[in-house]
Amino acid sequence: MAVTTEPAAALPEDAIDPRLLVRQHGLAGYWELFKRRVRGGELGALPVIVGLLVIWTVFYLQEPRFLSAQNLTNLLLQIAAIGTISVGIVLVLLLGEIDLSVGSVSGLCACVLAVLNVKQGWPVLPAIVVAILVGTAIGLFQGFVFSQFGVPSFVVTLAGLIGWQGLQLAVLGNTGTINFPFGQGVANLANTFFAQDWVGYAVALVAVAAYSLSLLNDQRRRLAAGLITHPMSDLVLRSAGLLVLLLAVVVLLNSDRGTPLPLLIFVGFVILFDWITRRTRYGRYIFAVGGNTEAARRAGINVNLIRISVFALCSTMAACGGILAASRGLAASQSSGGSDTLLFAIAAAVIGGTSLFGGRGSTYAALLGMLVIGSIANGMDLLGLESDIKFMITGGVLLAAVVVDALARRGRTAHGRA
Amino acid sequence: MTSAAPGGTGPILEMLGISKRFGAVQALTDVDFSVHEGEVVALVGDNGAGKSTLIKTISGAGPADDGVISFAGEKVAIARPHDSQALGIATVYQDLALCDNLDVVANLFLGREGRRGAALDEVDMERRASELLRSLAAKIPSVRIPVASLSGGQRQTVAIARSLIGEPKLVILDEPTAALGVAQTAQVLDLIRRLRERGLAVIVISHNLAEVDEVADRIVVLRLGRNAGEFRVGEATQEDVVAAITGASAARRPSDPDTDGGA
Repeated sequence: MAVTTEPAAALPEDAIDPRLLVRQHGLAGYWELFKRRVRGGELGALPVIVGLLVIWTVFYLQEPRFLSAQNLTNLLLQIAAIGTISVGIVLVLLLGEIDLSVGSVSGLCACVLAVLNVKQGWPVLPAIVVAILVGTAIGLFQGFVFSQFGVPSFVVTLAGLIGWQGLQLAVLGNTGTINFPFGQGVANLANTFFAQDWVGYAVALVAVAAYSLSLLNDQRRRLAAGLITHPMSDLVLRSAGLLVLLLAVVVLLNSDRGTPLPLLIFVGFVILFDWITRRTRYGRYIFAVGGNTEAARRAGINVNLIRISVFALCSTMAACGGILAASRGLAASQSSGGSDTLLFAIAAAVIGGTSLFGGRGSTYAALLGMLVIGSIANGMDLLGLESDIKFMITGGVLLAAVVVDALARRGRTAHGRA
Repeated sequence: MTSAAPGGTGPILEMLGISKRFGAVQALTDVDFSVHEGEVVALVGDNGAGKSTLIKTISGAGPADDGVISFAGEKVAIARPHDSQALGIATVYQDLALCDNLDVVANLFLGREGRRGAALDEVDMERRASELLRSLAAKIPSVRIPVASLSGGQRQTVAIARSLIGEPKLVILDEPTAALGVAQTAQVLDLIRRLRERGLAVIVISHNLAEVDEVADRIVVLRLGRNAGEFRVGEATQEDVVAAITGASAARRPSDPDTDGGA
């Protein structure tokens, strides 16, 4: 149906995109936009980045080695596994739900991989695929129970937290720990570095090129469709910013051991799921269900399918993270996926700016939040602090992040943006 | 009320003997209802008369327990919102059912997003959204801001505009003007007339009889979950309608030969 038979009147003053008004002025425009967003409670990544800078400064002043290339590379290695789990947590949080079983699932899948690969002698690839599919199956099951019986996801996954841990012990049998032989197979996953300098640069350049091209393509199509476009300077500014950032990271990595494979895997997942959540119909439906379940249902969205699939994805990512962790630790054991895995994965998503109230967030939260948590853990290790202090400080940071989330929500409500 | 003849002027939607029960409450009892293409039917009645319940049986949000629904002359089963949408029925609920966290474009196209390969075609959706809103003379600050930051009238406009995206044959509006100011009410009524000009069937739930008189062709009154009267606009006074709503008089049907005065 052509709903546009009426001749379009001149664009009313207030129908003009307000973003354009500020973006036109380049950097100053960004600053205006930024101030307006902060006042409106749309903090975005700001608190995280400020927090990260503060944390890095504090640790650097205490121990200059903290900002050395070697230590920062270690930091990135440390966050890859739990960060991967956290990407799945972000998806579940977008629905306004929670998955407490990811730690246990990651441990269980690591042990499944170890038993298949080391004990049963399966080749690496099929063993990894089966281990990941175990995670997917668990997620399908939990999502099914949650959506079909209306049991709160908190409870379903709490049961999973205990249950899958039991299964993990059963899978291991009377073997306490299964070691992966170093320098081959599974161990290579998290311990491979691309020592050749060009690999890192190539990845960075390809990423920036892809980003710039997508911006340009978008610009071209918007122009063709007669829509408001961003000024060209804006596009150049963004691409240049990304280029500088990525090159800085690559230079840093190359001055140590090179670009680590687990980092590429983790960041790859972040980018992939960011694209899925923001650019695809499926991702749009995740946001819709998280924002207003009833509206989503009335729009014809299969809410249960979205829920089950998101829980499946979350557990799948937990399995991937568990495998990365086992690879890095060169072993799967009864304690795999235990202790702070779950806490860190959820804390990273929340600290990174994913709302606990659903419908707001991005998978980049997993990356940013994990950098914060990883930096704290890494820095405190460097300073030789004890576990008691580390737990309390990490807990404090999580609490602060949740308070910021709640305050931002209040700010949005006050500005009619909740 | 007769069934549609193919290619004839039968009703696009015809419902016969619709009943719906919630636990101990009989919300609808043997209700008949129909609407033709290019016709605006106002569904009126007191609170709890069953208007919203009847709408939900059409939209699939609360399927009827009993009764026959025919759409475009064919008997259909509407068990879920998807069935209703697939038939070409668009419903704008009183609570608007918008996702506050999504922007205007995302809300307009929710459930029927345009795609380009695997990705959403944001550019095309934004263009169509802008055109659509402009054709409705809607004043929305930007199609790219979250719906949460819009005023009540703007949200209503978005909700109605959204119902038009799917090229429906029948649009159901549940109290579309209840929360609107004077100017925006006029805009919505104007919009309803435009829908009729396009040959769409429109069902409007309203409490405002002045508005109903202004925009509707026919008025169907429900009372306590039953048909309580049916009037052709211009042939009945507001007092007649009010009497039917409150039950102060016996139902009067224009088609009934035994009602007084051939006029």
